[in-house]
Amino acid sequence: MQHTIAVLVENEFGVLSRVAGLFSGRGFNIDSLSVAPTNDESISRMTIVTRGDEQILEQINKQLNKLIDVIKVIDYTDESAIEREMALIKVTAEEESRAEVLRIVDIFRAKIIDVTPKSYTIEATGAPAKIDAILELLRPLGLKELVRTGPVAIGRGAKGWKG
Amino acid sequence: MKMNGARILLECLKMEGVDTVFGYPGGTVINLYDELFTFKEIRHILPRHEQAGVHAADGYARATGKVGVAIATSGPGATNTVTGIATAYMDSIPLVVITGQVPTALIGNDAFQEVDIIGITRPCTKHNFLVRDVKELAAIVKKAFYIARSGRPGPVLIDLPKDVQIAISEFKYPDSVDIRGYKPTIEGHPKQVEKAVSLLLGAKRPVIYVGGGVISSDAAAELTELARSLGTPVTTTLMGLGAFPENDPLSLGLLGMHGTYYANMAMTNSDLIVAVGARFDDRVTGKIATFAPHAKIIHIDVDPTSIKKNVRVDLPIVGDVKDVLTRMLKVVEEQDRVEEFRAGLAPWLDEIAGWKAKHPITYKQPASTIKPQYVIQKLRELSDADAIIATDVGQHQMWTAQFFGFTRPRTLLSSGGLGTMGYGLPAAMGAQAAFPKRQVIAVCGDGGFQMNLQELATLVQNRLPVKIVILNNNFLGMVRQWQELFFEKRYSSTCLELPIDFIKLAEAYGAKGFQATKPDEVEKVIREGFKASGPVIMEFKVAREEKVLPMVPAGASLNEMVLNA
Ligand SMILES: Cc1cc2nc3c(=O)[nH]c(=O)nc-3n(C[C@H](O)[C@H](O)[C@H](O)COP(=O)(O)OP(=O)(O)OC[C@H]3O[C@@H](n4cnc5c(N)ncnc54)[C@H](O)[C@@H]3O)c2cc1C
Ligand SMILES: Cc1ncc(C[n+]2csc(CCOP(=O)(O)OP(=O)(O)O)c2C)c(N)n1
Ligand SMILES: [Mg+2]
Repeated sequence: MQHTIAVLVENEFGVLSRVAGLFSGRGFNIDSLSVAPTNDESISRMTIVTRGDEQILEQINKQLNKLIDVIKVIDYTDESAIEREMALIKVTAEEESRAEVLRIVDIFRAKIIDVTPKSYTIEATGAPAKIDAILELLRPLGLKELVRTGPVAIGRGAKGWKG
Repeated sequence: MKMNGARILLECLKMEGVDTVFGYPGGTVINLYDELFTFKEIRHILPRHEQAGVHAADGYARATGKVGVAIATSGPGATNTVTGIATAYMDSIPLVVITGQVPTALIGNDAFQEVDIIGITRPCTKHNFLVRDVKELAAIVKKAFYIARSGRPGPVLIDLPKDVQIAISEFKYPDSVDIRGYKPTIEGHPKQVEKAVSLLLGAKRPVIYVGGGVISSDAAAELTELARSLGTPVTTTLMGLGAFPENDPLSLGLLGMHGTYYANMAMTNSDLIVAVGARFDDRVTGKIATFAPHAKIIHIDVDPTSIKKNVRVDLPIVGDVKDVLTRMLKVVEEQDRVEEFRAGLAPWLDEIAGWKAKHPITYKQPASTIKPQYVIQKLRELSDADAIIATDVGQHQMWTAQFFGFTRPRTLLSSGGLGTMGYGLPAAMGAQAAFPKRQVIAVCGDGGFQMNLQELATLVQNRLPVKIVILNNNFLGMVRQWQELFFEKRYSSTCLELPIDFIKLAEAYGAKGFQATKPDEVEKVIREGFKASGPVIMEFKVAREEKVLPMVPAGASLNEMVLNA
């Protein structure tokens, strides 16, 4: 099963490799990982999408918590959370398909951020499923290049992670 | 007071109560060594290899319960420490290892003797630190010792660039540490403890399965009290030996791959296992699918990752063993069904007694060749009650575990998790440095002894009277045994062929050597070796193709033991 896990870590040298090394060393999967500083400069936040059965996910959570530089681990699968991902997509757009691309962009409330006579570059944001959906429609038209950030997640409601 | 980084480090070590360090100099620690030259509060022991230095610090830590400290220079010095660090990591031994590093300005430039030791040791340390500013040094050392010794203990590495050792700063040792991402749970949850006692008192066929956590928590007394007050049998892992006296009738000895028939049968047939500071290693469980099929499992461990890692657990208790056992003892005291419970165990204890009688741990000593097991038994008989035994890795290690009969904690030092050949001699050296007056014995194979034999020089130079026992079968015996049993005796590269004159070797280093080739010489050699002053090699030419039995073949169930082959 896929899980989205937020990991709050000390914003210190080498932390990313500690987390990445934990996953590779123990054979855990990483489907995606994104990391950046938070409003508290001393803390970075990673969002990791991983997979495994219940026992493996329990180990992933515990092993992450065991790292000295990890301050908090939040597994969003049990909680209601909002996930968003961004994709930059370069598609072939020549005569016949230019209008079709625009229509798709419009339906998904995406944006065209670069235009050439032969291509459009699109910025799309949304839940990962939405990104998958737009890609499915664009793919037959000719995907030249794709960048996805991987999802970031935040809990619903008034509370922040500190409670 | 203002002082340089090298001096600050030494002052910090002093504040941590460090009296002995094991280290090897080089370019990037030369400033540190210059400070050590005049720093008389710390004894520095120079091993002949950095790996041995770390094993010595590890032996010191296992024997004393304190944090062991080792020092090495950057580059090759640092990489030489890696096996020692990984050995300590696998067995949860508290160490602080300090490595020199090239000056901060050169890091990343492939400078002379630069190696990314932080990257290399990340997966085999509990944590590691690169010190980038002398102002952070004292706080980092404080954290390093705290992390090494608290919670589940383990090795911590501090990488100290040369310029940081030279830089001047005000020295102030922090009074306390607070690491927001590291708050080990020490106190067992009272509700869980109560549930555990009530589960236990409902059992008819309980076993207490004891591991290294009981030793590291210094909870042998509490464990022994609990087992005796409940009349419940106890089996120990290799790392747990000494936590419960093996001469107690409730002792089942070692369990697992080379455990006793009765310990493995008791585990397989039990209805409740209380795991105390043990991690269900694959050498212990055998095939997981058939492990203890009828048992409920209570698991007490300070490290949540140990729980439910390999086996299902019915009742987890996260906490320090000593704390949890103390709480359990209190709850047990308040119960009025203890007598009834003990009476109900009679059929179970009878069944176990039957297994003990059917297949005791045994061997036959013929008149002609020395059986290795016989040497171990004689060592027990003739050694001091508080003797410390370090072993190397291989058959001799297992015979020591099976036949020595450990009765006190911290008297067996052995590399269990990593199984590092070459560990025994330097670990004994570290223990002897901690306890100059106690008898310290290193039990080695002829193979592993040669992986760190250079330490004979350290022993002689520092007057560390370690008694080295070599069970010489002229084989890499443990591997040979596997080849005999599972590879039709194709002894590929396990015969050590070249006979070594260990007596002359001892003499070359200024130590003494004794040799026994026949059973009736064994006792005499041990007596002479123990009597001689200073370090000694006692070589025993033992039956070459003796096997360690029982044996649970890899992948088999715990009750499918090879008893005699
Ligand atoms: C050749 C060879 C053969 C071997 N054969 C066997 C065998 O037949 N039988 C056997 O048992 N072993 C055998 N071993 C050793 C085996 O590989 C493991 O090292 C050993 O079984 C692990 O012991 P343990 O479970 O006590 O764990 P340890 O490694 O000692 O782990 C201790 C556990 O306790 C926890 N802990 C630590 N401190 C505390 C504390 N203060 N409070 C609470 N919990 C704490 C830790 O988190 C950890 O989970 C063999 C090794 C070799 C090299
Ligand atoms: C550093 C290292 N290399 C290889 C091994 C694999 N190994 C385990 S036991 C053993 C044989 C040890 O031989 P010896 O020291 O003579 O002891 P014996 O088994 O004969 O008692 C070997 C090679 C190991 N455990 N450690
Ligand atoms: Mg041998």
